[in-house]
Amino acid sequence: MVTVIAAILVLLGGVFTAVAGIGILRLPDVYMRMHAATKVGTLGSGLILVGVGLHFADPGVVLRCVLIFVFLMLTSPIGAHMIGRAALRIGIVPWGIATGEPPVEKGKAD
Amino acid sequence: MTDILDIAVMAGFVMVFIAVGLAVLRLAVGPTLPDRVVALDMMTLAIVAFCALAAIRTGEAAFLDVALVLALVGFLATVALARFAERQKLRGQNGEDE
Repeated sequence: MVTVIAAILVLLGGVFTAVAGIGILRLPDVYMRMHAATKVGTLGSGLILVGVGLHFADPGVVLRCVLIFVFLMLTSPIGAHMIGRAALRIGIVPWGIATGEPPVEKGKAD
Repeated sequence: MTDILDIAVMAGFVMVFIAVGLAVLRLAVGPTLPDRVVALDMMTLAIVAFCALAAIRTGEAAFLDVALVLALVGFLATVALARFAERQKLRGQNGEDE
């Protein structure tokens, strides 16, 4: 039973990772691609890690899986925030905003 | 029972490879530097998933240590490249002023 649950979790994690890859290629904008990479990618990796923890069922392995997952959950929003701020300050206009001045906070960049 | 897990792990390998390939494509064609940084971040996440799958496949729990270190280094690389992209613009502006 545990094996079946681990298999389902691993398969689901693989599907979500593939969806993240498709999103990072197909979405039209840096900001949207960032969402695909951080949210869906973290979900896929987390599901696979939960599957690994269930499969081994060993305290050390489970501790390592939880550590990796907590670390990913902590760092990937920070990384996405920094990339988004850098992209906005460089002057990349978000997709869907027609024309006009780019919505950069002018005072801080200059 | 183990066959199900083997099939699932092989399918997971295939899908993680697909994700890495698409991220490499984005890394190659990405028009700007933040695009490439995001693609690199995605590749790090996919390779962490790959290490976890390899841990199941080979039965070696040591692959999880590799995944942990890779997550740490990937975060450092993302932060450093984002800071670099941000500072590059500022340095260009200041260099013209001085």
